[in-house]
Amino acid sequence: MSTSSSTHPAPPAAAAPAEAGVNYGLVFGILAVLVLLVAPFGVYPVFLMKVMCFALFACAFNLLLGYTGLLSFGHAMFFGGSAYVCAHTVKVLGFSPELGLAAGVLFSVVLGFLAGLLSIRRQGIYFAMVTLALAQMFFFFCLQAKFTGGEDGLQAVPRRALFGLIDISKDINLYYLVLAIFVFGFLVIYRAIHSPFGQVLKAIRENEPRAISLGYRVNQYKLLAFVLSAALAGLAGSTKVLVFQLASLTDVAWQMSGEVVLMTLVGGMGTILGPVVGAAVIVTMQNYLAGLGEWVLVIQGVIFVLAVSLFRRGFVGEIIAIAQQMKARKSQG
Amino acid sequence: MFELLGIPPQALFGQLLLGLINGAFYAMLSLGLAVIFGLLNVINFTHGAQYMMGAFGAWMLLNYLGIPFWGALVLSPIIVAIIGMAIEKTLLKRLYHLDHLYGLLLTFGLGLIIEGLFRRQYGSSGLPYNNPLPGGTNLGFMFLPNYRAFVVVASLVVCIATWYVIERTKLGSYLRAATERPDLVQAFGIDVPRMITLTYGFGVGLAALAGVLAAPAYQVSPTMGSNLIIVVFAVVVIGGMGSIMGAIITGFGLGVIEGLTKVFYPEASSTVIFVIMALVLMVKPAGLFGTAK
Repeated sequence: MSTSSSTHPAPPAAAAPAEAGVNYGLVFGILAVLVLLVAPFGVYPVFLMKVMCFALFACAFNLLLGYTGLLSFGHAMFFGGSAYVCAHTVKVLGFSPELGLAAGVLFSVVLGFLAGLLSIRRQGIYFAMVTLALAQMFFFFCLQAKFTGGEDGLQAVPRRALFGLIDISKDINLYYLVLAIFVFGFLVIYRAIHSPFGQVLKAIRENEPRAISLGYRVNQYKLLAFVLSAALAGLAGSTKVLVFQLASLTDVAWQMSGEVVLMTLVGGMGTILGPVVGAAVIVTMQNYLAGLGEWVLVIQGVIFVLAVSLFRRGFVGEIIAIAQQMKARKSQG
Repeated sequence: MFELLGIPPQALFGQLLLGLINGAFYAMLSLGLAVIFGLLNVINFTHGAQYMMGAFGAWMLLNYLGIPFWGALVLSPIIVAIIGMAIEKTLLKRLYHLDHLYGLLLTFGLGLIIEGLFRRQYGSSGLPYNNPLPGGTNLGFMFLPNYRAFVVVASLVVCIATWYVIERTKLGSYLRAATERPDLVQAFGIDVPRMITLTYGFGVGLAALAGVLAAPAYQVSPTMGSNLIIVVFAVVVIGGMGSIMGAIITGFGLGVIEGLTKVFYPEASSTVIFVIMALVLMVKPAGLFGTAK
């Protein structure tokens, strides 16, 4: 049937992609980290830190949407809520940065558990609306509560020394802290997805009744995924406070929940790198288009509509699809 | 009794009336969402923007063409509904075979576009719209402004008429059948795609009609929709999505509860609906009038 090089039949061809895939991934990961290590010498570090904070936020969100099939429309409550907690503990209570981060994450875990308990009782669109409504309730709470500073937010959060040793008031030092946090969060998600736990999540996404009939306690898995996602979103929000020294109502508003959906959608939901790419694209766009005022909203909306109508797989998803097509063509000879 | 609680009856009834009016808008908007959801299985996230377009439609008709409120009350919803049907024909239609979440995301994006365009053109602050029914009646225990009474009555009429058409007429039975088995209804010679388009148009028209009614009561502003719609989503979750009656009763009921909260514990007035939602979800996850799914 075949003429030339494809004399090796099925077994090596089947084994090779899996093996090569892991190697490629590892090589790519190491390269990416190397690039990120030297990046702040070429690009404005604060911009890169902003990208990493939102990339972590989007990755955390994607764990829920892309791998569990749950569209949360209220993730701003974890991002912004823990930002407030981190800012308040560091600024008012005098916590060190690492304790501030821990307080923020702890808050997200508790809030995520409570919100998860309520929202996972509904599915699909209902789930989206319940999370949205809960987040809105939290928004009004933040608007009225005294410690959040109302419309002003919490400004000028001090950047104290990390562990009392490392001076993070310098952008470049803080950059490496944010990079470490981002890589840590990314690896946590990577591990979670490539574990039996992650397999069960995917099974729930594909066919929930079947997962139930196989004996999995689906609600417990969903809740755990929800809390994990909330915790990492909280880590992203708290880290953002250290970068911008600010926690404000923007972080808890529903537009923020929409933005993280957009990032994930544009990058490619259900892919491990998609949210990172999506966050980079959207944050870059916002930075360069900031002068256009209200047009930013319109452009975001247009991207939303285009992404949903034309390229539903997102940037990374489309690239993967093209690569698979090429591979399939090659293996056909 | 009111004096015992330290609240004058004037303030109490005033807030009750305000709550009833807010409830009228909640009811009309969640009704429109329910109608669209019933046949299209799409949560119409553009609903808030379409409500705002209705109000702006009235404002534009008056300021650019000199068409007064009563003309706009008919024209504006029709225009917005036609725009809605064009959106359904070109964009929404292509998503029906996919996960329902895509419909939600598409309409969310559309909402951003519409709100952004209006904010760019008219700024974020409100534009005034004159009250077409000035004056009011003194009921003895309170003063009832004519226009507010009109809004409540008009909304009740529209809601009950919609309920009657869907639950009690032949057209409504086709609609309900099409939500269950579109293929079967199609086989009986009914043009289901056209029915879907018209239903979407009707739901959008309801939102726009609410917008026209809101224009004199509040102000016309690009953000009026996005501020209101999330409360309406909570109303929908509480009422249970499948039920037309649920949308109407919950809408009015929650408006009144919100008004009463404003009298007795003002700090909680913006969150009380969400608190009720959390409570209802704990007891009845499908909502008060919804069927478990």
